[in-house]
Amino acid sequence: MTQGHPQSEKFVGQPVERLEDAALLMGRGRYADDLPIRVGTLHGAILRSPHAHAEIVSIDTSEAEARPGVVAVLTGDEIKELTDPFIMVLKLPLQHWSLAVERVRFVGESVVLVVAEDRYQAEDALEYIKVEYKPLPVAVDPRDAAKEDAPLIHPAAGTNVVSVRNFNYGEPDKAFAEADHTVELTIEFPRNSQTPMEGYVVVADYLPGNNTYDVLANFQGPYTVHPVMARSLRVSGSALRIRTPQDSGGGFGVKQAIFPYVTLMSTASKIVGRPVKWVEDRLEHLSAAVAAPNRVIHLEAAVTKDGKVTAFRFDQLDDYGAYLRAPMPGPLYRPHGCLTGPYFIPNLSVTNRLVLTNKTPSGMVRGFGCPQMYFAIERVMQCIAVELDLDPLDVISRNLIPAGSFPYRSAAGAIYDSGDYPKALEIAVEEGDLKELKERRDKARAEGRLYGIGYCAVIEPGQSNMGYLSTILTAEERRKNPKGGSVSQVTVNVEPLGGVSVTADCMPQGQGQGTALAQIVADELGLKPDQIRVNLEHDTQKDAWSIASGNYSSRFVSSTAIAAHRAAQKVRAKLATIAAQSLNVSEEKVSFGGGQIFATENPDNAIKFHRAAGAAHWHPGSLPTELEAGVREIGVWAPPELDSPSDSDRINTSLTYGFKIDYCGIEIDPDTAEVRIDKYVTMHDTGKMINPLLVRGQIEGSFGWGVGIALYEEFVYAEDGSFLSGTFADYLCPTACEVPKPVILHMETPSPFTPLGAKGIGEGNCMTVPVCVANAVSDALDVRDVRVPLTPARVSAMIHGEEAAPPAGRAAPAAKAEGAGRALAGEGTTLVPAAPEEVWKTLLDAEKLAAVIPGCHRLDVVGDNDYRAEVTLGVGPVKGRFQASVRLAELDAPRSATLSGGLDGPLGSSRGSGRVRLEARDGGTEVSYTYTVEVTGKVAAVGGRMLDGATRMLVRQFFERLAAQVGGPPVHESWWTRLLRALGIGQ
Amino acid sequence: MKPKGFDYLRAASVEEAVDGLKEGGEEARIVAGGQSLGAMMNMRLVEPELLVDIAGIADLDYLRAENGALEVGAALTQAELLEWSGLAEQAPLLHLAMPHVGHFQTRNRGTVCGSIAHADPSSELPLSLAVLGGEVKLRSASGQRTLAASEFQLGMLSTARRPDEMVTAVRFPNPRPGQSFAFREVARRHGDFAIVAAAAVVSDGHVRLGIGGVADRPTVRDWEALEGSALDDALNEFAWDLGGHDDIHATARYRRELVRRIGRRAIEEARHA
Amino acid sequence: MPRLSREARHPVTIILNGKRASGYAEPRLLLVDFLRREIGATGSHVGCEHGVCGACTVRVDGKAVRSCLMYAVQADGRRVDTVEGLGDDSSDLTALQSAFRREHALQCGYCTPGVLMSISDFLERNPKPTETEIREMLSGHICRCTGYAGMVRAVLDVVSNGGAAESPKSE
Repeated sequence: MTQGHPQSEKFVGQPVERLEDAALLMGRGRYADDLPIRVGTLHGAILRSPHAHAEIVSIDTSEAEARPGVVAVLTGDEIKELTDPFIMVLKLPLQHWSLAVERVRFVGESVVLVVAEDRYQAEDALEYIKVEYKPLPVAVDPRDAAKEDAPLIHPAAGTNVVSVRNFNYGEPDKAFAEADHTVELTIEFPRNSQTPMEGYVVVADYLPGNNTYDVLANFQGPYTVHPVMARSLRVSGSALRIRTPQDSGGGFGVKQAIFPYVTLMSTASKIVGRPVKWVEDRLEHLSAAVAAPNRVIHLEAAVTKDGKVTAFRFDQLDDYGAYLRAPMPGPLYRPHGCLTGPYFIPNLSVTNRLVLTNKTPSGMVRGFGCPQMYFAIERVMQCIAVELDLDPLDVISRNLIPAGSFPYRSAAGAIYDSGDYPKALEIAVEEGDLKELKERRDKARAEGRLYGIGYCAVIEPGQSNMGYLSTILTAEERRKNPKGGSVSQVTVNVEPLGGVSVTADCMPQGQGQGTALAQIVADELGLKPDQIRVNLEHDTQKDAWSIASGNYSSRFVSSTAIAAHRAAQKVRAKLATIAAQSLNVSEEKVSFGGGQIFATENPDNAIKFHRAAGAAHWHPGSLPTELEAGVREIGVWAPPELDSPSDSDRINTSLTYGFKIDYCGIEIDPDTAEVRIDKYVTMHDTGKMINPLLVRGQIEGSFGWGVGIALYEEFVYAEDGSFLSGTFADYLCPTACEVPKPVILHMETPSPFTPLGAKGIGEGNCMTVPVCVANAVSDALDVRDVRVPLTPARVSAMIHGEEAAPPAGRAAPAAKAEGAGRALAGEGTTLVPAAPEEVWKTLLDAEKLAAVIPGCHRLDVVGDNDYRAEVTLGVGPVKGRFQASVRLAELDAPRSATLSGGLDGPLGSSRGSGRVRLEARDGGTEVSYTYTVEVTGKVAAVGGRMLDGATRMLVRQFFERLAAQVGGPPVHESWWTRLLRALGIGQ
Repeated sequence: MKPKGFDYLRAASVEEAVDGLKEGGEEARIVAGGQSLGAMMNMRLVEPELLVDIAGIADLDYLRAENGALEVGAALTQAELLEWSGLAEQAPLLHLAMPHVGHFQTRNRGTVCGSIAHADPSSELPLSLAVLGGEVKLRSASGQRTLAASEFQLGMLSTARRPDEMVTAVRFPNPRPGQSFAFREVARRHGDFAIVAAAAVVSDGHVRLGIGGVADRPTVRDWEALEGSALDDALNEFAWDLGGHDDIHATARYRRELVRRIGRRAIEEARHA
Repeated sequence: MPRLSREARHPVTIILNGKRASGYAEPRLLLVDFLRREIGATGSHVGCEHGVCGACTVRVDGKAVRSCLMYAVQADGRRVDTVEGLGDDSSDLTALQSAFRREHALQCGYCTPGVLMSISDFLERNPKPTETEIREMLSGHICRCTGYAGMVRAVLDVVSNGGAAESPKSE
């Protein structure tokens, strides 16, 4: 401890190194899966749906139950009996359970839980569960799902569009009628997630003595979900003890959606009478955890001839996947107050539609609805510049809310706390050296290279108003039960030796909040941050919490940090009173510093901090009479600015509003169509920075994810709803080679609404980077329709024009539009040395057909030309056992037939059909075929790269064997053989 | 995501390994580095009954230049090949291709022969072997044989290796005087499987181009020296012959586009090498 | 060596961070699960179990490898170094670890142990790498928190200050 002038050192505002790091760097972190578990704990593994939409006809778990180590097998039947469906934000006739009941609605939905002695054995048993599904029509694309005749995800709801709300602020119709121009654009934002490196972990222990569930889970809040879990388990909140660990392997909002598994494992524990642990694996996470909602936005801007926007008209269709899980539809309403961005736009019209589809349920993901919204707003701002032939930065600049307008009430009701946007823009242009970037662009273009500059400006909301979701209700509906506000709580404790410890309700996910809390408390108490022990494990039975508790909405610096400040102030006041007594001065004339409490006017008149604290423990009778014994203070913070929505639907959706302005230069490789970010400048006004090191970390991290959204990451679904991004080789998180170094700039305009003046900073760059890069690509290529991720295939389609025609005499394959589904199609021809009648007989003879079907162990006739078979199929080392159905129809002996059928097995399911034609030729038969196959389940999710080739090989095998059966040797004549021959390497 | 149970045999010699394969039959698999096999086993896409580990067979841990080729034993890791000081001179194409093979960490354990035996159509090593006209040495309990690269790799993850055989070595022919090389690859991220990889070998009056990632196996084409639009036409024909397929990373059309474009770049680069 | 049966758990002994450590493993037990569950060395983390993310990276006989793509029985008798073995005693950080803290190269810290093991192997073999080489080596890891900027700074920092990537303890 430094002595000398005791009050010199302050830590808030300093780049204090993280107190968390030493343990993490030594491998001594304490993550959920590292913690001890009770003796006898069992392990769960989950069987998941291979179908996007199907009725569950039957589930046979008997074989699985008999496998070694298996203790219990749960299905939707048990869940329906022992739990209640999860409550939702909207009162809708939809039911969501922790295991599928009667029907599956997305690939990856939990269907059966196996509980066994260890995870390996639990997974072994999954392969022995037989589920019979009856596939149903699917609705995958949100626009298709919103149509009247779309298949219904939840028939009881009667529609997939489960909420429609219109809002009007100002006079949007008048503004559009009077506008010089209307600029409009439709954008589609993809599904993605920041996919924390650590998956979900739940250890649930049912305590029968008092009907309580004791659960360890890496849940990150918000604790609005705690009642959802408790209600589903049919217990009071106090009977569901949720403990969260000290360390979490990343959250990004995603760890909110662990809650169905808390209910599932808790129920399993109750059934088996032992604790049940489940650790989510990567395949489970990618297919079934959570995704930010994909959104279709049609945005119109009413614009004056000099580029001033007078009104926005939004039509938003947000896709929540198969279930509306709490706190959905947050992403559509959290940014509501910011629908006019950083711009002075008084008129606003909004239509929000919320649609359900056969995809993984949406949930909390960093950015929480804002990247989608800003993609539309900032693309439109750029389009205004293009259409009016203005500089894009001028369009931004002309529309910014003027300095001196704060607090500023936006059209939809957000109260922007502080800022000076024109100044921020000016700093960004100067310090980021936009001039040099423009020169770089001009030089590149002069050389014929594809180079563009993009801009964007956004408001980053921090700390959500717990009442924002009620904006979805009408004013009358809200009046019955008004909601608004945000509570946070921190406890500061000083023990008898003067050691200070802090507990809080923030459930950090790696941001370094413990360090920030230590800085704040240290400053109040005249100590150093490393003298403060911050323990951020949390226990709902022992620690303070409220529904807003948790780690989300960039809330920490304006919520928990303030509660800590208040708790520390209370401790300070108490110790000041105690010290004043012994220093013989009044409390107001007492200062803290250097581990001492001293008379402000005479620092030599001091007592040690721990002496003052000790007095409250060792000799409470000596305290001034108004003081309670001990030193343990709870700080509570509930900012008054967060009110419930007004009757005119105006809502202050968040407490703080930071400002970001970004620009970037990108270059596109003319051959490979790869987009390279050449330079990226990002300017932040996030109020006062509590710890600039941590602020930089948040910016660099959200920037990295922004790059992922812009160029790499998407959860891809096929038209049949099969999920195709099931591995980290398919869902592409950018690596150190893909994320460039941004130029980071700052200015500080303190927030007047939070005592520390700080604003949330966790998300801004994932809102800016996607649209900034898209604007730059639009600028480089002069294109309007820009979709992220900007994959090279997409960009190639924009820059490479019409494809060079095939050589003369060769037909091009039918072009398939991008995203036109992943049905695998193919064709081929085989020459069989036998007459068509012979071939025909083979196809219609069960015994011979069995010999033709690759890997067929057994074929049973179930009807006329209708068979069930057991087959082992695969390519190379990849093999799987399947139940197959084979049907021959549209028979035109001996000329043609349609072969159709399906496969079901642990690797997935497939449906396909093909037309076979027989034609006599050269004394034999030419067998020609075309086929389409759809594959879903695990093999589609993890093996997408291989599927096409694998299918082709299997189909080819079938016809080779057919030829062999009718007296081969096969004369194979597929396109492949022709190719090999053409290349001179035919077999 | 845990593998299904299997028996494990750590072979001390090639004899022990091939005996293990003979005993294990179709359900036995060789593992050396396990960088592809291990992932597929964790996903339960591959469920062998017996795993024969050859990583510790000292006789297979070699790299030698003899009889006009660089011969790489089945236990040699990709990192050892990449870090070998003679690589640029003895095998210039491999020197260019190796940095694209996986990552630092996977090359530390992944083997050269393992990549070739795995026969992924997008992998760089099978492409290099094909374009150099290399060979694969196979051994079983009953004998040994050597196959040309084009005879060995038959399609997607499929080779001419019989269930009782193991790859003991691969041979990359030495560069001939006057030959120059180039390697180009487009992957979504650094170290990912190639969307398209192009390996070019150019010598006086002759061009050879190998393409990975488009057809079900690397495909090689030879031309007499072509220039200008004749080269464009040849590349276009090659692109259409290969066809390509759509997956979530790229469209067939983009793959053909790359065949034309990075194929040309590779050839031009080789000419100027 | 005899064929190890899938039905049995077999004794496995490794030299973990310089000390003998023993446990039992079925042939299929992943090395990372062996380290975490049998030995209790929970510093190495499981991130994807298919060899892409690098969270489980440890050094086997000095080489940084994915411990989700190795079986414990394959490591029997070999040297395994993990994050717990960095540094000289439990309270000191190595130059690399300190640089990570200084440059804010970690947030949640879940990927960090694997990253540190890769870097320590890498710098021993390539003590003066360029930034491009550093980024290529780091591309074998996925970090979702940091955008990698701090990691690159930290490695560059260590390199320019004369390496100081301590070897893990050996016997």
